[in-house]
Amino acid sequence: MVKTYNRIERIKGSIAQVQADGVKLGELAQIKTKDGRTTLAEVISFDHNKVNLQVYSGTKGVSTGDQIRFLGRPMKVPFGSSLLGRVFSGSGTPIDNGPEVLENQIDIGGPSFNPSRRIIPRRMVKTNIPMIDMFNTLVISQKIPIFSIPGEPYNELLARIASQTDADIIVLGGMGLKFDDYQYFKNYFSKSGAIEKTTMFIHLASDPVVECVLVPDLALAVAEQFAIQNKNVLCLLTDMTAFSDALKEIAISMERVPSNRGYPGSLYSDLAARYEKAVDIDGSGSITVITVTTMPGDDVTHPVPDNTGYITEGQFYLHGGKIDPFGSLSRLKQQVMGKVTRKDHSDLANAMIRLYADAKKARDRESMGFRLSAWDKKLLKYSYEFESKMMDLGVNLDIEEQLNLGWTILSECFDRNETGLKAEWLDKYGKWDK
Amino acid sequence: MDKELANGRIVAAQGNLMTVEFDGIIRQNEVVFVHTGSEKLKGEVIEVNGNEAKVQVFELTNGIKLNDEVSFTGDLLFVELGPGLLKNVYDGLQNPLEEVAQEKGYFLPRGVYLNALPRAIKWDFTPIAKKGDVVEKGDFLGSVPEGVIDHKIMVPFQFQGKGTILEIKKKGNYTVEEEIAKIKDEDGKIHSVNMIQKWPAKFPLRLGERVLPIEKLSTACRIIDGPFPVAKGGTFCTPGPFGAGKTVLQHQISKYAEIEVVIVVACGERAGEVVELLREFPHLDDPKTGKKLMDRTCIICNTSSMPVAARESSVYVGVTIAEYYRQMGADTLLLADSTSRWAQALREMSGRLEEIPGEEAFPAYLASRISEFYERAGVIKLKTGKTASLTIGGSVSPAGGNFEEPVTQSTLAVVGCFLGLSRSRSDARRFPAIDPLISWSKYLDRFSEYGKVDNATVIKKAQKFIHEGDEIGKKMSVVGEEGIQIDDIVVYLKGEFYDSVFLQQNAFDKVDTATNEIRQKEQLSIIKMVLDKEFVFEERDEARSFFLNLTDKVIQWNYTSMDDKTYSEKKNEIIGMIEG
Repeated sequence: MVKTYNRIERIKGSIAQVQADGVKLGELAQIKTKDGRTTLAEVISFDHNKVNLQVYSGTKGVSTGDQIRFLGRPMKVPFGSSLLGRVFSGSGTPIDNGPEVLENQIDIGGPSFNPSRRIIPRRMVKTNIPMIDMFNTLVISQKIPIFSIPGEPYNELLARIASQTDADIIVLGGMGLKFDDYQYFKNYFSKSGAIEKTTMFIHLASDPVVECVLVPDLALAVAEQFAIQNKNVLCLLTDMTAFSDALKEIAISMERVPSNRGYPGSLYSDLAARYEKAVDIDGSGSITVITVTTMPGDDVTHPVPDNTGYITEGQFYLHGGKIDPFGSLSRLKQQVMGKVTRKDHSDLANAMIRLYADAKKARDRESMGFRLSAWDKKLLKYSYEFESKMMDLGVNLDIEEQLNLGWTILSECFDRNETGLKAEWLDKYGKWDK
Repeated sequence: MDKELANGRIVAAQGNLMTVEFDGIIRQNEVVFVHTGSEKLKGEVIEVNGNEAKVQVFELTNGIKLNDEVSFTGDLLFVELGPGLLKNVYDGLQNPLEEVAQEKGYFLPRGVYLNALPRAIKWDFTPIAKKGDVVEKGDFLGSVPEGVIDHKIMVPFQFQGKGTILEIKKKGNYTVEEEIAKIKDEDGKIHSVNMIQKWPAKFPLRLGERVLPIEKLSTACRIIDGPFPVAKGGTFCTPGPFGAGKTVLQHQISKYAEIEVVIVVACGERAGEVVELLREFPHLDDPKTGKKLMDRTCIICNTSSMPVAARESSVYVGVTIAEYYRQMGADTLLLADSTSRWAQALREMSGRLEEIPGEEAFPAYLASRISEFYERAGVIKLKTGKTASLTIGGSVSPAGGNFEEPVTQSTLAVVGCFLGLSRSRSDARRFPAIDPLISWSKYLDRFSEYGKVDNATVIKKAQKFIHEGDEIGKKMSVVGEEGIQIDDIVVYLKGEFYDSVFLQQNAFDKVDTATNEIRQKEQLSIIKMVLDKEFVFEERDEARSFFLNLTDKVIQWNYTSMDDKTYSEKKNEIIGMIEG
């Protein structure tokens, strides 16, 4: 039974209040405005028959006489293979001029995965980017943010990961995305062919703020269904700081007591509920979540990156267009390094990072004008080789090739006994003349 | 005696906070069920005003509508206690997660409440009391073996006054629901007793006299057992920024602490971390009993994506179970990771109730809730004369790693031992990243006062070197090594030596990961030699290379098992090196 009401009693922020009977928390309503637009709204609270609706597209221009229809169902998102290659808005409507998808509608923001059914993840996600695969290996079901600052090529990095990965399905959620960035993703995916296995949920910076909050839920609900159907899904969310700011904006307009720098007290739980959707389902598919968290003022103690750090399994720092090998950490990497990948992986990666750390000190000495020793000069050569061949985000190599490249660089820059690596590996993989 | 249970209906709802109009008599914190569609959702009364009550629902509240029926249970949120708790994994409302998965599959649907204790298992009951005995609450009626524990079946904790045992079952196998005794109370009423006890989670369960904790809890973690020891029945906290290794430290303690029962409360943290416990503990041996670690462990897990209101209760469920085992004479340890998430759950609810916020929007009662919780730790003297303890360790996740925030500060005010983890130590790969410059323990002095430890002098001396060494290190970074007296450099190096070989411990080395008391004593005797010895060095480099060499030797010795034949050899070599 669909009920229609014609009187909005209160409008504030993104909230509209109507008097209605028998509506449920979370129920969806449709508002038809005077100028013929229709927008969705969700029941977020009621007090007797006063019902508060959160209007997805904002209350701008909503009149007290607009027509409200309660749909009797919560927010859902269509699901099916026809989603692939398509782009939707934060309220689930197509924005790629394609047809409406009406396939099996699924709930969003569903229940949590039972911890007792989780398994220790042991499968690798290949990205073909050395700074990830080789030094901070990504593991299926991992949730990891890219900490960065505005202006850095984090969206380019995401696009690259999406196009190079061996995941079956890509779900991209864009929050507060600039139009240019959206076009960039679209074009990049079309060119690389990744579009065939990608679904996008896009909230542009100019779109209503409520839709921004919905994007991760839509994206993750779809990802979850694919995972249940035995697909390995890579879910990319950019930018979680925009998502958090949208939460903040809504909470403040609802007069919630802010906790830290204006963010709602539930920020941690709100972020965790999304990140924890990452899962490796025993005997079935998986969801791996990579997000972007831009750090306002490059401050990692800002509430968004800080709460994120407590939730995620490590982080990548993107600085100066490169993934920083020192602050970045994949907490799950030891599950696959040298176990799933080649045996020398772990030792080689550690040795290369250690030498790069030494090389950085040599660079400091060079810039301060100290006299450089022969060893310093070797380190310097190594640092340039490492940066151009390994750290450059343009590199696209299989993990096996990355490892071989690592050995080539070491062999070119150092003598056999200078690397501190085990003789076993030196014999087997080293490129020195015997 | 049973009063009529109240009934009510929903009149307002926001998030998981419901306003319920009721008639009848209700209690503060009474458990209610909200009937929505075909589901019944558990909730708790948190405020009463006239004929309206505020109820927080423990689950997702989508679909609740005006006038939905609410039934009151008359009970407070209780914990089901009895044999079968150990080895189990519960959520914050004591739902057994394994059974939920068997019934409902991968996800946690709402409105599912299963029995916490397995009903089908028959336990091998041996009576302790006999017919005609006069008993009171908490007295032992009998016992059943549960893993490593001799699980006592006790007179119900709610039993008032003295009672006489009319009947008690013979030795045999019974389920938890079968009657094992009949007890007549002072009013002549006859009570049928089985193995299940119920206790309201938010009330401390403590029968017996409280005594001062003076026994040391061995954790096999040197930096704790040495300078910052924890007492059995004491409290400690481990605040630290993300990535400093709080959870690894808690896991280490849960594995190696010399304790009979461990309750792990994973409260609002990553599910992946619980999985490590779930998958590892059934395979790891408990060095003391030879059984599996899981046999002494009960896990309460309300991870970050599970409902926030149940996160608040998870901590209380855990501590009640721990108190229950203490009541039967066991030394128990409760580890809560993380109490900050629990405090945030309080904050979320407080915000919805529109209470006046305190610092960082935490409710004003935050500090008193935290102290109530830690005060549930302690040593009690049972009627049998035996003492039993409950130790509580909570991790704290301060925002931005800044210890000045309210949860850390309120916690520090009540705990007996502060193990502060720091970013600078974890960045320098000095693990466990407990910072010896800021941590403290009130128990070290107490132990030496009661003659429980004999290493306090050397520990304190070593700590002095750590502090002085740090000062010298700071100076050195300003004026360079050339500007420092060689004597000071030796002090600095001695401090570094103690730090490297004792305070730091390699969790990935199977020998070094856990150091028992005997071995710690030997290590300290070596350290004492080094600290006491007045070394004479000509050159700074000479001093540095001597200590580098010595440190390396001692670390290699640390990696050597005490059963290894080179153990004493290595030790003697070190002594030789120190003596010159």
